[in-house]
Amino acid sequence: MLTPQGLPLPETLAASLPPAERLEQGAVAIFECFQKIPCNPCADACPRGAIKIESDINECPRLDYDLCNGCGVCLAHCPGLSIFVVDYSYSPTEALVKIPYEFFPLPEPEETVAALARSGECIGEARIVKVQQMKNKTTILWLAMAKELTGQVRNIARRRKG
Amino acid sequence: MIQTDILVVGAGPAGLMAAIMAARSGCRVILLERACYLGGQLVKQTHKFFGSKAEHAGERGIDIARLLVNDMEQTKGVTTWKNATVLGYYPDGVLTVKREDQFIKVKPKKVIVATGASEKTLAFPNNDLPGIYGAGAVQTLMNVYGVVPGKRMLMVGAGNIGLIVAYQLLQSGVEVAGIVEAGPAVGGYCVHAAKVQRAGVPIYTSHTIQRAFGGDSLEGVTICKLDEQWKKIPGTDQDLAVDGLCLAVGLTPLTELLWQAGCQMVFVPELGGYVPRRTPYLQTTHPDIWVAGDVSGVEEASVAMVEGIIAGLTAAGQLTHLSPQLNKALLEADEQLKALRSGPITAKIRAGIQKALVPFAHQTRLEEVV
Repeated sequence: MLTPQGLPLPETLAASLPPAERLEQGAVAIFECFQKIPCNPCADACPRGAIKIESDINECPRLDYDLCNGCGVCLAHCPGLSIFVVDYSYSPTEALVKIPYEFFPLPEPEETVAALARSGECIGEARIVKVQQMKNKTTILWLAMAKELTGQVRNIARRRKG
Repeated sequence: MIQTDILVVGAGPAGLMAAIMAARSGCRVILLERACYLGGQLVKQTHKFFGSKAEHAGERGIDIARLLVNDMEQTKGVTTWKNATVLGYYPDGVLTVKREDQFIKVKPKKVIVATGASEKTLAFPNNDLPGIYGAGAVQTLMNVYGVVPGKRMLMVGAGNIGLIVAYQLLQSGVEVAGIVEAGPAVGGYCVHAAKVQRAGVPIYTSHTIQRAFGGDSLEGVTICKLDEQWKKIPGTDQDLAVDGLCLAVGLTPLTELLWQAGCQMVFVPELGGYVPRRTPYLQTTHPDIWVAGDVSGVEEASVAMVEGIIAGLTAAGQLTHLSPQLNKALLEADEQLKALRSGPITAKIRAGIQKALVPFAHQTRLEEVV
C-alpha cells in the first residue's frame, strides 16, 4: 500500500525486505518498486539473472536473494531510481547503503553528508565511501552509516561549506 | 508540386519511427518537422525511460532521440525537412507547406499525422504574470537552452510531467517549494514521486491554486485545500513565496490537420480531448490518413514509438508488399503495444481507446493488412 503521495507504508516496506538472515549475510538489493507499471530494464541489467519480471511487463520485479550479491548494476539502470543496496556486514559498527544519485556537484569520498529519509527529512549523517560513476550518468553513492539508519536513509544532501 | 509515397507530419518519437518503417518497406518518405531539430519532446527528456528494451527503456529521452535520428539517417528513402510547417490539407490530397521562406505543395499517396499534443493551462487570477510557465516551456528553457527559469518554483500537477520536471528543476539547482495536485493522489508513477520527495519536495494532494500575486513579475502564490467534491475548503489558504510557477496540468492532442481533412473526431477525456476515430492499426476514417503518437491520444513516448511502427508499416502496406520480416515487425509491435497498455495504470487509456475505435464492421483486421 502507498500513501496518496506515492510513498510506501511501513508494512509495505517491511514485507518487501529480504529475510533478516539474508540481510545479515551481506550486500543485497532492496526494491522499492511497488506499483505495476510497464518497465523491465532491471531484469535485463542484472549480470547474475537474479531479477525476474513475470511475462507481463507490468508486474513488479522479484529478486532471488541467493543469486543477488549486491553489485548494484541494477541501481544505475532502474528508470525510477527505486533500487538500493544494503550491506549490514560492512563493519562491526556501520552498515553500507548504496543509492542512485543524479545531482551535481557530486560529493567527494570521505565527505560527511546529511542522511535524508524518504520524506527528505534529515535523520542523521553518513560518510561517502565511494562515488561510483556509471556510463549512463546515474552515479551510485556508497554511504557508511549507523546500522539503525539503513532502513530509512534513501538520499543525501551535501553540507554547505562554512 | 512534389510527389511522394508517404508524408509524415512531425518528427517526434512517433513520426521518426513511422518514417523509418515506411522507408524500410520501400516507400519514398518526406518527414516534416516544424522545429529546427528532430526528436520532438524527446530532446528535452533527461530522465531514463520506462518500458522494455524494444522501446529503448533505461535510456534517457535525449539519447533515444539521437538513436532514432541516427536510424532514420541510415535508412534510404527518407527526405527530412526541418523548419517546415504544414499550412493546410486540400480536398484533392495536396498539402501546402511553409519550409523556411518557401511555399511548397506536396501530393503524397498517404499521410501519417504525428503532430503530438499541446499543453493545457489553468484559469486563476494573475495567471499572466511573468514567471508563470507551462512545463514544456520550463523544459525547453532548462534542457534545450540552459536557462534557469526561476530561483524558487512551485509545480502544479503531479502527473508524470509535473513530477519529472520538478526533479529536473532540482537538478538545475532550482528550489522547488512543492507540487500541488488537485486530485486525491499522485497521478504519475510513484517512483517519480518518491524521487522528488526524498529530495525534500512536499506533494500537496487535494490542493489547488487560488491566485498568483506580484508586481512586475510573480512574487507568490496562494494555494488552498479541496474537499472530496473538489470544492475549496474555506480557511485553508496558504501563501507560498515563489518567483516561478510551472503548470503541468495535462496535454491535448494537436488535431487541427485532421479536422481540416474531414477525419471523424470524437471527444475522449481519457485521451486528452478530441481524437480521430481510427482502426486498431491507426488508419483514420479518411482512407489516406493515419495517426501515431499523442495526436491519437496522450500517452507515453514508448507508446508513441510503437504506434509509429504500426502506422508506418500499415500505411506502407497499402502501397507496397511488406516483406515477411516487416510483417513480423508489425505483429511484434502490436504485441508490444498491448503489453505497454495492459497494466492497472493504463486502465483509463484502454477505456478511452475503445471509445475512439471505428465500429467493428469497418475495422481492418491485421491479417488483411499484412
